[in-house]
Amino acid sequence: MSSRWEFLSSHRSEIFSATLDHLTLVVIAMVVAILIAVPLGMLIVQRPMLRRMALGIASVFQTIPSLALFGFLIPVPFIGGIGRRTAIVALVLYAILPILRNTYVGLTVIDPAILESAEAMGMTQSQILWRVRLPLALAVILAGIRTATVITIGVATIAAAIGAGGLGTFIFRGVAMVNDAVILAGAIPAAVLALLADFLLALVERRLRIA
Amino acid sequence: MNTKPSAGPQATIEFRAVTYGLFRSSSQTIVSNISLTIEPGETLVLLGRSGSGKTTLLRLINRMLAPSAGQIFVEGRSTSDWDPILLRRHIGYVIQEAGLFPHFTVAQNVGLVPDLENWEVSRIRARVKEMLELVGLDPSEYSLRKPRELSGGQRQRVGVARALAADPPILLMDEPFGALDPVTRTELQREFRALAHRLDKTIVFVTHDLREALVLASRIVLLQSGQIVADAPPGEFLKIDHPEVRAFTASLATTGGAAS
Repeated sequence: MSSRWEFLSSHRSEIFSATLDHLTLVVIAMVVAILIAVPLGMLIVQRPMLRRMALGIASVFQTIPSLALFGFLIPVPFIGGIGRRTAIVALVLYAILPILRNTYVGLTVIDPAILESAEAMGMTQSQILWRVRLPLALAVILAGIRTATVITIGVATIAAAIGAGGLGTFIFRGVAMVNDAVILAGAIPAAVLALLADFLLALVERRLRIA
Repeated sequence: MNTKPSAGPQATIEFRAVTYGLFRSSSQTIVSNISLTIEPGETLVLLGRSGSGKTTLLRLINRMLAPSAGQIFVEGRSTSDWDPILLRRHIGYVIQEAGLFPHFTVAQNVGLVPDLENWEVSRIRARVKEMLELVGLDPSEYSLRKPRELSGGQRQRVGVARALAADPPILLMDEPFGALDPVTRTELQREFRALAHRLDKTIVFVTHDLREALVLASRIVLLQSGQIVADAPPGEFLKIDHPEVRAFTASLATTGGAAS
């Protein structure tokens, strides 16, 4: 046990910079995923055909094992290859579904009386979307972002397999060396990041929830 | 019964041979071949059981629904010729449970249509204050509250204030007092009757409660299975010899007599 803590403390700065790399991967992937999934969710509210397609495709990506998805992306031109960019693409594909689904659900499970009176007041569909549906859906959308963030922090450890860096580097190295201490150097910060993100986003979500 | 098609521009709302739901299998009740002229300043109560088509008729007026056959004229113009957005901003609408926006304050809810109509902020503020006073809510106390911080009766008052804010000539009300406790309901009915007298609006009011109809209406139209079966001022309504009228009158007797 003591040797494990020794490893952790002696490699402090290395672990810290890997954590930063990890966080960068996650933040970039989340920003891109949000920018894709939230507008797409808004778009599919009134379009059943597009809705089935978008939710279907997003679900398919979710079913591909993450290591396989990273592997599949390597030979793809422009977005593929070895390194960070490919990893971010894969993480985005994973993160889209929870955000997309929650955006759609949040925008549609609104009290029909509210939507009826919005329409009867003479609001246009886009005014209803921006001024009624979206503000009322924020908490549910954020819950989706929270789920996606926690998943992404975990999946991002696998990104090390295609040379994207981050905390997964320690985990893969530890597995190869059969060394618990090295694995933990990646696993503990990843777990702490996930818990912290979950906690902070839950706080924001609670503030957004309108009784 | 005086339902001669007046065709004059003075009729505020006119149904001409309106049918809804002929070809579609929607959950909305069917109404068939309805002709009805509503004069300015009338408080017309559409009375009927659940599923008689009264809400369908109401929603045809502001084009929340489009007729399968026939036409509805609002101020002489067919609703199919109106821009639906403008039409709806021209018509106040109050529903059960008020349908207030939970993320808006009372003031924002009341000022919604003026805001959509791009009124100046100061004018909206003055109007909101005036409307809240009109419905008996102290603006300084209630303006900044959220709907969840109000009682059911207060929410309904805000609903009425919101519907009146842009000063529409027509007001549609779908069982607005239906979810309130009996004491609050009676209180709001009385106040609303006084308000209606003062405001000189054309009001179409949907209810299944004959007593409410007798308190508020200047004219009662009884619907049964999507058709008009009686049309009379409250004083004459009770004397009409029709099985559905008698059924409603009987319900009145068992619940303790008509309100004053």
